[in-house]
Amino acid sequence: MQEVAYPVLTTLVFFPLLAAFGLFFFRGDSAVRIYTLIVSVIELMLALPLFTHFKLDSAEFQFVERMDWVKHWGIEYYLGTDGISFLMIILTIAVLPLCVLCSWSYIKTRVKEFHFCLLFMTAACVGVFTALDLVLFYVFWEAMLVPMYLLIAVWGGPEKRYASLKFFLYTLAGSALLLVAIVAFRVVGGTFAIPELMEHSFTFGFQFWAFLALALAFAIKVPMFPFHTWLPAAHVQAPTAGSVILASVLLKMGTYGFLRFNLPLTPAATEYFAPFMIALSIASIIYGGAVALGQNDIKKIIAYSSVSHMGFVTLGIFLLNFRGLEGALFQMLNHGIVTGGLFMMIGAIYERSHSRDIFDNLGLGKYMPAYMGFWGLFALSSFGFPGTNSFVGEMLVFVGAFEYSPWVGAAIVPGAMIAAAYMLRVSLKLAWGRPTSWNGWKDLNLREWTYLAIPAVFVFYIGLAPTLTFRVMDASLEKLQNHVHTKAQLVSIEDGNPMEMAWDSIKNIVK
Amino acid sequence: MTFNPNLILPEIYQFLVIAALFIQSIGSAKMREKVGLWLPIACALGVVVAVVSVGQQGLVFWKSYQVDHLSQFFKAAIAIGFFVTVLNATRQPTLDKEKTTDYFLFLALSAWGLMILASAVELITMYLALELSSYSLYALVAVRAKSKDAAEAGIKYILFGAVATALALYGFSYILAGMHTTYLAELVKGDWSFAASPMAVTGMALFLAGMFYKLALFPFHFWCPDVYEGASNETAAFIATLPKLGAIVILIRLATMFKPGYDITTMLAVLGALSMTFGNLAALVQTDVKRILGYSSVAHAGYIMIGLVAGTAEGLAAASFYALAYVAMNLTCFWVVSRVAVDGRNLKLKDLDGLHKRAPVLAFSLAVGAFALVGLPPMAGFMGKLFLFSAGWNHGYNWLIIIAGLNTAISIYYYLGLVRHAYTKDAEDDVPLPDTSSFSLVGAGLLSVLVLALGLMPAGVFDLALNAGGSLLP
Repeated sequence: MQEVAYPVLTTLVFFPLLAAFGLFFFRGDSAVRIYTLIVSVIELMLALPLFTHFKLDSAEFQFVERMDWVKHWGIEYYLGTDGISFLMIILTIAVLPLCVLCSWSYIKTRVKEFHFCLLFMTAACVGVFTALDLVLFYVFWEAMLVPMYLLIAVWGGPEKRYASLKFFLYTLAGSALLLVAIVAFRVVGGTFAIPELMEHSFTFGFQFWAFLALALAFAIKVPMFPFHTWLPAAHVQAPTAGSVILASVLLKMGTYGFLRFNLPLTPAATEYFAPFMIALSIASIIYGGAVALGQNDIKKIIAYSSVSHMGFVTLGIFLLNFRGLEGALFQMLNHGIVTGGLFMMIGAIYERSHSRDIFDNLGLGKYMPAYMGFWGLFALSSFGFPGTNSFVGEMLVFVGAFEYSPWVGAAIVPGAMIAAAYMLRVSLKLAWGRPTSWNGWKDLNLREWTYLAIPAVFVFYIGLAPTLTFRVMDASLEKLQNHVHTKAQLVSIEDGNPMEMAWDSIKNIVK
Repeated sequence: MTFNPNLILPEIYQFLVIAALFIQSIGSAKMREKVGLWLPIACALGVVVAVVSVGQQGLVFWKSYQVDHLSQFFKAAIAIGFFVTVLNATRQPTLDKEKTTDYFLFLALSAWGLMILASAVELITMYLALELSSYSLYALVAVRAKSKDAAEAGIKYILFGAVATALALYGFSYILAGMHTTYLAELVKGDWSFAASPMAVTGMALFLAGMFYKLALFPFHFWCPDVYEGASNETAAFIATLPKLGAIVILIRLATMFKPGYDITTMLAVLGALSMTFGNLAALVQTDVKRILGYSSVAHAGYIMIGLVAGTAEGLAAASFYALAYVAMNLTCFWVVSRVAVDGRNLKLKDLDGLHKRAPVLAFSLAVGAFALVGLPPMAGFMGKLFLFSAGWNHGYNWLIIIAGLNTAISIYYYLGLVRHAYTKDAEDDVPLPDTSSFSLVGAGLLSVLVLALGLMPAGVFDLALNAGGSLLP
């Protein structure tokens, strides 16, 4: 056990929440902003023990805190982290100050409430990544819906009502069956605690349905191909900080859910459904990229590119080999950094031109060199240019895919090429198009330098020296992969034909 | 016959309140107008009395009146609900001054009937208690200034009530013929499969109709949205909450007879599924806030069936807990509705526009209430639903739980509509301002704290409910 003087994870979850209520004692917009910034930096400092005490070579859950919540039902307050969630927690916490900074002049109305939502979101997101009890997980999972809804619905663009409603309906519809699945796990497995449920072997019939219920919730969140339509709407209408949180943190919850629940809890069903999920992932990659190529709204391009990038992540997960898993987790982190950075850049240019259309922002290279420099960096990283962080992740997914089957590998090559095409298209126009609307816009100021330089550093750091990141995740992923394979062997598919079995169980219900 | 009057202390106390109101109502015209301070205080004391008597046990009045954990749990819930509705109704703009005491007299009588219902373990007693609480309400619905709609709603309520009662009595005769007893303790011993005693089961199904009517379960829900709409906001707050408690406690007592797999249990489950689906779908297209809440209570009646068909102590306890949570959530919503409609009008969705600016506390409470009704954590509705689902899974009605899960997804749209109007739109200028006195805000705040507390720390209350549910099953 790590010896830290205070319960780190609980503090990380509840400090922003308490601090959010502190907001009501402040008057004046800048006081609120400065207060929230200070809170977010303190939150980062509170996370320091995570770095110093995290055991790199252990696959066990660390920083575990456990106590009863509702004893009769066995609901517990159970937190912990391992190599899979560790990076996501750090990402969530690190995104918070950037969000405060990039909303400094962007958000002008109801500033206090805005920062309240930001802090509330952070608390809920850290909760999602640390919860080891299914009910606790669900509580945090849903708790982040309301502030995100408000972020879009109150501070969003002209079609905010449509976008926010779509976001809320999609994600809530997805998680309705998640609750049923959670209850089923508890009744069949006897506990809500995830680590204990992992040791349990469920019958294939149970895994089949549980996998589908979980996968629906997570696939909507990721979002995977047929469920992706809420994402562009939400991204385009959300304020900059909303987009950043959405892209950097919320989407990761879906893939994190796959890694934390589907793989370890329903291993046999995972292996059975893997080809199907791989097909959907490839569809996401190609489709997201192709649609991004046809957009003129910069934010839409990045939104669709998210669909495509998250396709790489889900692909990596369901390849079920070690390189694929590593690549997936790596891409989760990278996508958080790079897409977050790109959205902040779009926010910065929108504050100057009041338009997100490519053709209103042509030819900025000459007038705003620093801006275009950062843009170039993030754009290159986005399509996996060697030396940047995404290269490492995408490379690993490719290796995993070719290991799995050359055909799968071949199928995603066009995806990578389209990524280069749409990112270069928008970058070239922005940098060297014929200037149309520029009139004396200033290049980046100190505040913008700050919030862009931080992700830029990580682009290079992870791109050039990924060893430490690997060491964080390797032990846990190795355990996960072994776990899936051994557990899947344990459960035999009862009567040869799973589809028939599924059909029978539906018939039994109706009977 | 000797018995310990302590056993029925809450009922005696409530009766004293009724007596005081009665005396006041036959007093001089001036005397009749003011219930002002004393009634809320008396009701608060009533809550204390009811809470103190939790834990009493005994069987009185020739074995027809059972005081046990279940009845005391529900009596406490009824006392709390009554207290809140009385507070809510003290500022009723559409109530004639000279009718004030009469109004509260009927309200108190109805609550008294429900308290008796909570303890009734004999079919005739149940029937009498049910009618006592219903008749008072028939009168109340129509009392809304000179509103014709209210009169119409009153007629609807009476007619539906009369039909349901007739069905119940008809069913009662079958039960008596089939089982030769009206005592629940004896009835439980019978075999309630349709094959063994078709007559009694048919009778029971009809008798249940009376309860379904109170609960507004499909297909006995037709009165619900109309009556909510026609009655004044404050009366609707009462009708939407307390009578449901009475119906649920009876259903819980009767449900001990129904093992999963019996035809009558399956009928409950099917009605539950239909009720939640129909209620939620119908609510989607409503624009009147009270109609939305009306259809939402149809849906919630369906959810509660999950606990009743499980046939376990956990199931019954989950149903009790959900009933309590439901009352808390609905009272929160109705409190906000009553405070926003300062002139006593019916609220449309767009009347909620801009509430976040005009009365932030009310807007927050509305959000808490609405999201709790959806079943979003960490509110009471979520824990209630989780308990229901956990108790019901793997007892033969998994499909019902899956349907309930899907229904949550449907229902979010209209509940979110309430919040959406309150938070994301701005008000027009000519709409009257909501009540932002400290009375209104403190009430709203306390109710939302109650809803949140039931969701965050449900263990204590649930254990009480489990005692109550467990005491019924062998």
